[in-house]
Amino acid sequence: MTLYPELTDEKRRKLLNSMVLIRTYEEAILREYHADKSPGFDIGAGLIPGEMHLSAGQEPVAAGLGAHLTKDDAMTATHRPHHVAIAKGVRLREMTAEIFGRETGLGRGRGGHMHLFDPETHFSCSGIVAEGLPPALGQALAFQRRGGDRVAVAVAGEGAANAGAFHEALNLAALWKLPVVFVIEDNDWGISVPRARSTAVTSNADRGAAYGIPGVRVEENSVEGVYEACGEAVARARAGDGPSLVEVHTLRLWGHFEGDAQGYRTDLEGVPGRDPLPTYKQTLIDRGAMTEKDYDVMTASALEQVEDAIDFAKSSPTPDPAHALDYVFSEGVRS
Amino acid sequence: MSTDLDRTGQEPADNAPASAASTGAPVTGAGVNTATDADMNTGSDAIDTGTGRAPHGNTAAVIEPEPGKRKLSTAKSIQEAIAQEMRADDSVFVMGEDVGPYGGIFSSTTGLIDEFGADRILDTPISESAFIGAGIGAAVEGMRPIVELMFVDFFGVCMDQIYNHMAKIHFESGGNVQVPMVLMTAVGGGYSDGAQHSQALWGTFAHLPGMKVVVPSNPYDAKGLMTAAIRSNDPVVFMFHKGIMGLGWMKKNKRSIGAVPEESYEVPIGKARIAREGTDVTVVTLSLSVHHALDVAEKLEPEGISVEVLDLRSLVPLDRDAIVASVSKTGRLIVVDEDYQSFGLSGEVIASVAERQPELLSHVSRVCMPDVPVPYASQLEHSVLPTATRIESAVRGAVTK
Ligand SMILES: Cc1ncc(C[n+]2csc(CCOP(=O)(O)OP(=O)(O)O)c2C)c(N)n1
Ligand SMILES: [Mg+2]
Repeated sequence: MTLYPELTDEKRRKLLNSMVLIRTYEEAILREYHADKSPGFDIGAGLIPGEMHLSAGQEPVAAGLGAHLTKDDAMTATHRPHHVAIAKGVRLREMTAEIFGRETGLGRGRGGHMHLFDPETHFSCSGIVAEGLPPALGQALAFQRRGGDRVAVAVAGEGAANAGAFHEALNLAALWKLPVVFVIEDNDWGISVPRARSTAVTSNADRGAAYGIPGVRVEENSVEGVYEACGEAVARARAGDGPSLVEVHTLRLWGHFEGDAQGYRTDLEGVPGRDPLPTYKQTLIDRGAMTEKDYDVMTASALEQVEDAIDFAKSSPTPDPAHALDYVFSEGVRS
Repeated sequence: MSTDLDRTGQEPADNAPASAASTGAPVTGAGVNTATDADMNTGSDAIDTGTGRAPHGNTAAVIEPEPGKRKLSTAKSIQEAIAQEMRADDSVFVMGEDVGPYGGIFSSTTGLIDEFGADRILDTPISESAFIGAGIGAAVEGMRPIVELMFVDFFGVCMDQIYNHMAKIHFESGGNVQVPMVLMTAVGGGYSDGAQHSQALWGTFAHLPGMKVVVPSNPYDAKGLMTAAIRSNDPVVFMFHKGIMGLGWMKKNKRSIGAVPEESYEVPIGKARIAREGTDVTVVTLSLSVHHALDVAEKLEPEGISVEVLDLRSLVPLDRDAIVASVSKTGRLIVVDEDYQSFGLSGEVIASVAERQPELLSHVSRVCMPDVPVPYASQLEHSVLPTATRIESAVRGAVTK
């Protein structure tokens, strides 16, 4: 695994810690999601109904990117939002309560797992592919107008890079020199369609050239590679030098959504060996940046935070149907 | 860590495999059509590419055979309709996201790639404007594409191709250019997929002139309507509710599996069906709500409440005659619509009666999605969906007045 020489061991442990927290979270959601959908599999049943897109394997993107962002920066994400939400600092309790559809959730149970909105960390996501990119431009525009060095980051999958919104957003961001970073998570698959059958170029980073912005591709799902590339992109945006594009070759460790048998997936055999978490952990242990015991402390702390969030969600009230029509407008208007 | 639960192509156990026996040309009726069976089998030879006019249009006499005994899920019946038309006419092809090896997220194309190959079952990038527009262009040149928009909710990224192009070309060309394409898409909620993946939205498409809008409720109609849609020389939006597909991974609905003839047949687009006869109140509805309305009708029968259920089957054309005919029998009209209430189908249905014979209406009410985005939390979602509970209280309210 490629390492970024300028990182201190403490920073490295932080990156790993962030990855561990995300994985622990996704494993817990996986468990809760499936807990009460059997026998058989009823997608609408259980404490967490609906589609569930988990991000296991893509932790390096979230950790390496999140390390450069503050609460005041903005982020838009996708249908697969948990990892980047956590790395952005979205509170686990309220996020989890939303996933459980509870009144204490980020969206009072109205949104769900693909629709997390957190004004505190300027985080949002959308279930429509590529449609998170344009709003990030506006957030960047607002930051630019108001002065300061806040940036907006738009995260999307490699499948999204074939949507019109991606290309429109890159052009506009370049034209207006907006403080935006576009991060593309190339996990090789858009549901069942491999990138080779959806994308005419081998690297989406090359597409930056079409709009006159820097494009970098990070290989090997390397968290330190992401850290380095995103560090440069964020610094560039903060300095007022305009947008950048970073593509990370990452890994979809599980199905597109839960319940996906992945019969189409030709690369499954090699997947376990590509899991970035044990690899990075071992790297840190080998170079003496951390001990097994440090790692145990990390995982225990992650588990504690995650289970606290799950407990909070489960013990929160469900929304009252008497209020099903609330929140369409801020002024309570009804059509 | 991923589960081994199969969401791809899972079919109910009582599904017979798609019939290989009925590989003949579609049943087009006696001599009404311009094309013979032989023409159809030679495919594009019979097509006048200059005008996009294709050999078999909706002038074909309709043959609706007896359903027979073989049972299929709605998904399977759609696959079969597509397969039969593809065998009969090599200008028919399918494109969309995950329609190939995956077989469509809601199993609308399961197995088609095995028979027809990747040249005729095309997986696309997530580029809806591009591939729906490509469908239009191919149709204009005489092909008969079936293009899947995975969820209707995604129309936002490609609506210009749909309503300004697909739907207007025939008109703008003064009738000289036809667009014989099917836009197939999944609709509906009820399983907590949230506000961007649960909408019905058929009223939006029906509002915009130039496209037929077809919404089947059961396997028999789905096959016949899909066949008619493919053969239509006009663009048809074919909207299947996820809850009627008979998917193994969604709540089961007994009416999602039903008798379907093996041979090819058309269900005419624009003809409603009386799903159940009754005398006290007319429930005009469509899609999954037909199932709920029938459940309510069955439940109330022992109490002496007789509910007529009219399944519209299409919004465009809308079978206004059938609506008026039913209400003239019952005098009471309830419209059940999973689409948003205001400015949509429910108002249009009521207007159909109000404009023609307002004196018929001793009662009118609506059970629709109130004007709120579809909530995620199950309790909220089921409080706004047109559930059997809501339909039942509307019926009781109608008859006790
Ligand atoms: C406009 C639009 N088209 C299609 C979909 C259905 N869909 C949801 S996720 C997905 C695949 C996305 O692939 P990618 O962008 O690579 O993200 P990944 O799922 O791999 O994280 C598709 C096609 C959608 N949500 N929005
Ligand atoms: Mg992907």
